[in-house]
Amino acid sequence: MGSLFRSEEMTLCQLFLQSEAAYACVSELGELGLVQFRDLNPDVNAFQRKFVNEVRRCDEMERKLRYLEKEIRRDGIPMLEIPGECPEAPQPREMIDLEATFEKLENELREVNQNAEALKRNYLELTELKHILRKTQVFFDEHEGGANTTESMTRALISDDPNRHIGHVQLGLRDKQESLEFLPCFVAGVILRERIPAFERMLWRACRGNVFLRQAEIDTPLEDPSSSDQVYKSVFIIFFQGDQLKTRVKKICEGFRATLYPCPEAPADRREMAMGVMTRIEDLNTVLGQTQDHRHRVLVAAAKNIKNWFVKVRKIKAIYHTLNLFNLDVTQKCLIAECWVPALDLETIQLALRRGTERSGSSVPPILNRMETLEDPPTYNRTNKFTSAFQNLIYAYGVATYREVNPAPYTIITFPFLFAVMFGDLGHGALMAIFGFWMCYKEKPLQAKKIDSEIWNIFFGGRYIILLMGLFSMYTGLIYNDIFSKSLNIFGSSWRNNYNQSTLESNKLLQLNPDSEDYIQTPYPFGIDPVWQLAEANKIIFMNAYKMKISIIIGVFHMLFGVCMSLWNHLYFKRRISVYVEFIPQILFLTLLFFYMVLLMFIKWTTYGSTPPFYGSDDPEIVKTSAYCAPSILITFINMMLFKHDANTRPVCDDTMYAGQMGIQKFFVILALMCVPVMLFGKPYFIMKEQKQRARQGHQPVEGAAENGNAGGAAAPAAHHHDEDITEVFIHQGIHTIEYVLGSVSHTASYLRLWALSLAHAQLAEVAWNMLLRKGLMSTDFQGGIFLYIVFAGWAAISVSILVLMEGLSAFLHTLRLHWVEFQSKFYQGEGYLFQPFSFEVILDSAGQTEE
Amino acid sequence: MACKICGPKLSLCGLVLSVWGIIQLTLMGVFYYIKAVALLEDLPLEEHHSSMESFITNVETGYTQNAYNCWIAALLYVITLVVSGHQFWMNNRSSVSM
Repeated sequence: MGSLFRSEEMTLCQLFLQSEAAYACVSELGELGLVQFRDLNPDVNAFQRKFVNEVRRCDEMERKLRYLEKEIRRDGIPMLEIPGECPEAPQPREMIDLEATFEKLENELREVNQNAEALKRNYLELTELKHILRKTQVFFDEHEGGANTTESMTRALISDDPNRHIGHVQLGLRDKQESLEFLPCFVAGVILRERIPAFERMLWRACRGNVFLRQAEIDTPLEDPSSSDQVYKSVFIIFFQGDQLKTRVKKICEGFRATLYPCPEAPADRREMAMGVMTRIEDLNTVLGQTQDHRHRVLVAAAKNIKNWFVKVRKIKAIYHTLNLFNLDVTQKCLIAECWVPALDLETIQLALRRGTERSGSSVPPILNRMETLEDPPTYNRTNKFTSAFQNLIYAYGVATYREVNPAPYTIITFPFLFAVMFGDLGHGALMAIFGFWMCYKEKPLQAKKIDSEIWNIFFGGRYIILLMGLFSMYTGLIYNDIFSKSLNIFGSSWRNNYNQSTLESNKLLQLNPDSEDYIQTPYPFGIDPVWQLAEANKIIFMNAYKMKISIIIGVFHMLFGVCMSLWNHLYFKRRISVYVEFIPQILFLTLLFFYMVLLMFIKWTTYGSTPPFYGSDDPEIVKTSAYCAPSILITFINMMLFKHDANTRPVCDDTMYAGQMGIQKFFVILALMCVPVMLFGKPYFIMKEQKQRARQGHQPVEGAAENGNAGGAAAPAAHHHDEDITEVFIHQGIHTIEYVLGSVSHTASYLRLWALSLAHAQLAEVAWNMLLRKGLMSTDFQGGIFLYIVFAGWAAISVSILVLMEGLSAFLHTLRLHWVEFQSKFYQGEGYLFQPFSFEVILDSAGQTEE
Repeated sequence: MACKICGPKLSLCGLVLSVWGIIQLTLMGVFYYIKAVALLEDLPLEEHHSSMESFITNVETGYTQNAYNCWIAALLYVITLVVSGHQFWMNNRSSVSM
């Protein structure tokens, strides 16, 4: 049998590695990804292990790389993907080289950054100064040549020019001092623009209105060197008098984090200073440009290799982590590892180990020993890109017990099929199939894109499921004859209209009787007859009867199949008793009750109907097989369970569907009920019997062993499950039986969700068509075309969002439930644990994801 | 002709919608043209008809009218396809040149 049917056979191996060769060997195994190492020192904490130092060094390297990466990102330099192959794990001695390289790079970068920051700060200061000089120039110019000369002051005082309003106030203020040795002190500086109002108020209050503030906005944003944000600032200049005010003003400026700059009083000095500042700014600009260039060069060089380095460092780290799991042998000459290995891959692993030894130049080959163990091995199903999606659906419920039958291969077909039963619509199915096909067709480029969106990854991971679901939905859509709620008349309907014109004109509703010439007596060749689309009065009733029966039939077969799978489990695990007291009664119970109901459905479908030449005949023989006498399956089934027999209310009809029905039904129910105690007590009884037998025989082997001295030990550990308490077995079996018996009733009913969702889908599709698209088709002139163009877009949006996405999701979830609960509960235990091999691929993938 | 109105997502959406619209509306036009019974409910008809003949002529004009309307809408989607295709191309080109 293929490995998807059961998980791989695993063996526990002991691995002896030469200490020099260990690194190379583990690296080879990591490339292979087929070995799961066990932690041999679980009680030792992370800091007491042997290779802590190396791991720490790797962490340090990773930190440096992350720093580099951040810097590269900040400059927007594209990082090259690794062309083709991944680099191999480097030799341990290469680690020192790597460390040195990273150290150098990091230092260089830090230095460059520090310099750049200092330069930038300098630059900021200079620009601010430049702005101050320029703006203050304006302030001073307003006083026609500067406020520091008494002459100009008086002139301004005398001046009546109403435009000099500000000058007035200022001079008025100074006037109040009435001091001849008046020193027009001022400070100039720069402050964040949003702090201005508070600053102004503070100044006013603290200095009691004795200072005068002028400010002007700097139009261009300035770059803050520490955060590299763009900030808006304003230039201010404060005039005041006296030292006390000066200290006060300076304190306030400090408090508001304003930067003060020296500003000469004389206009000539200012001009000179401005010139100096300009030249310095220019010089600084060239230096800054050079620093930036240098930084860019360093980063570009690093960007070429950074992904490669990341891979290397992560591989080294993973190897040392793994080596930490190993045991040191007493002589310190070799490392001992224990690992789970798929039995089929022992050869490849041996080869990899040999390669590793050769690479390390060690002479002693590693030793791989199989070990006997009673532990449960991990579950490993080899999957490919197609099967892995389905396997993941199963794993989401529970990882299979070791070597248990895996439902995944069957899920590949039943999952899309059950989905399609609920999602049956040719149009919507086609949309889904196209989407799935596109994802499968563009698989490689889409995979390379590495889109981070979670929803996209879910869709992309399930691309084959989506494709299959779409295709199966197209098929069921054809069966239901639904395409966007319309029907296709491919083969020609089997129904004819035989009413004459006057009848047609005078009646609102007319019936086409299948028991007449209206129906040509050969059914539509494929699926539902398209005429039903026009039967507004009873389409839903007809479809409900059909879809409900179909769901029950599918469900019963699905469950029977699940129970059959349990036979394979019992046979494989050599549980003979379980076959007799679990499998056989279970399948009998299901067959006698529910499969019998399915049979009744088929009997009903084939027995009752029109007899072609005798339409509407009163002949009792014909009436008995006509649709008039068709019994209700549900009522029949309920009566069967209750041993009840109602007389048929229609006197012409037979009481039963076939001769001897009553007797057979009673026999079936009794037999099915008798299965219940077998399920309930069978297994505990046999276990009890076995235990007693062993207890009786138990004495002899012990005595025998005492005589022989060696043989006794072998028998005892072979029997595992019997030492549990017998009451526990009873309770366990009781729960299982109740679950199964009640389950088969509720699960059968649960399959009716197939009908319910398919009905809902069909109705929603019809509503979408009638409420939207039909509105676009109701105009009698050519403007209707334009209207239709708009309405179609709305209808398409509704179709995709509600009918395909939402309905698709709900159908998907219900299908998942049908598989997990109704199908797998019949045979699947799911108590295993997953085989997680040490593999570089997985480690690198997960590292890449957490990073982004 | 280097104007870029829609972003990559909108142009892709327009592309998909117009391809769908062209296919479906052309087909619906054909079905109206051959007077498919399944589309009878989607015709502009009055509630009451004086006679069978008037009903039939009504239905027939409705069928042809709707066929033409479907084709007009399909044609509009062809224009949409061209526009959004152009936009899509522009978006792709600009993203490549970056």
